[in-house]
Amino acid sequence: MALNLDSYLGVHAQALTLEAQRTELLAANLANADTPNYKARDIDFKTALAAAGAADGAAGTRPAAATAASNIKYRVPMAPSLDGNTVDTQLEQAAFAENSVRYQATLTFLNARLKELMTAIVGQ
Amino acid sequence: MSSFKVFDIAGAGMSAESVRLNTVASNLANADSVSGDPSQVYQAKHPVFQTVQDTQSAQALGAPGQAIEQASASVKVAGIVTNGTAPESRYDPGNPLANADGYVYSSNVNVVEEMTDMISASRAYQNNVEVMNTARNLMLDTLKLGQS
Repeated sequence: MALNLDSYLGVHAQALTLEAQRTELLAANLANADTPNYKARDIDFKTALAAAGAADGAAGTRPAAATAASNIKYRVPMAPSLDGNTVDTQLEQAAFAENSVRYQATLTFLNARLKELMTAIVGQ
Repeated sequence: MSSFKVFDIAGAGMSAESVRLNTVASNLANADSVSGDPSQVYQAKHPVFQTVQDTQSAQALGAPGQAIEQASASVKVAGIVTNGTAPESRYDPGNPLANADGYVYSSNVNVVEEMTDMISASRAYQNNVEVMNTARNLMLDTLKLGQS
């Protein structure tokens, strides 16, 4: 019985890729906090992860990056400013903090899975 | 590798905000500059920020049709514009820089506006620093994956 590392790591490997991309996107939002006409964007995480899981089962490739790209949405501004910028710094900061905690959680899960595997290999 | 783009984005943000802080410093330093010639007097400078779309990464992800929408976006200073407001004239014949009629022209810097701009720039800079620090910690943790 061959061990498929991708299926062994489960959803966490894809989640990590998506979270890394979300980090990048939120960093771009914060960097453009004062750019006229910049529209804040975010990943629809739930849909992106579901799509990544479905595509992974079908093709056996690593689709997380591509599905993340097709699930990027513009944020609906709560208080748009006159210069056309829709970045709400506080909101983006909160999302960034949340995303980094999620990233760390995913890393913890991955570490646990790998440790299990090592225990199985070493056998003690 | 795409993960390292966070550093580029945050770095570009810090660089743009520091240009803004520099112009604020320059404007505040010249807030009381005068000249006898209205065309020679200091005019307030303001940077114009522009989004830099990274279309290359979107194409690498296999989505050429929506390249602009899906790429991550950095920021750059597109240019520095000077405030076109006419300088204020003041009758001050004792000033050595006064013109033949005894008038000096003072710069059109709005000090209150510059101070708020400075606070905004410094907050935005801090945000970018925090983003970079967090991303750095996450990357270091990722490097240690499976080792602990």
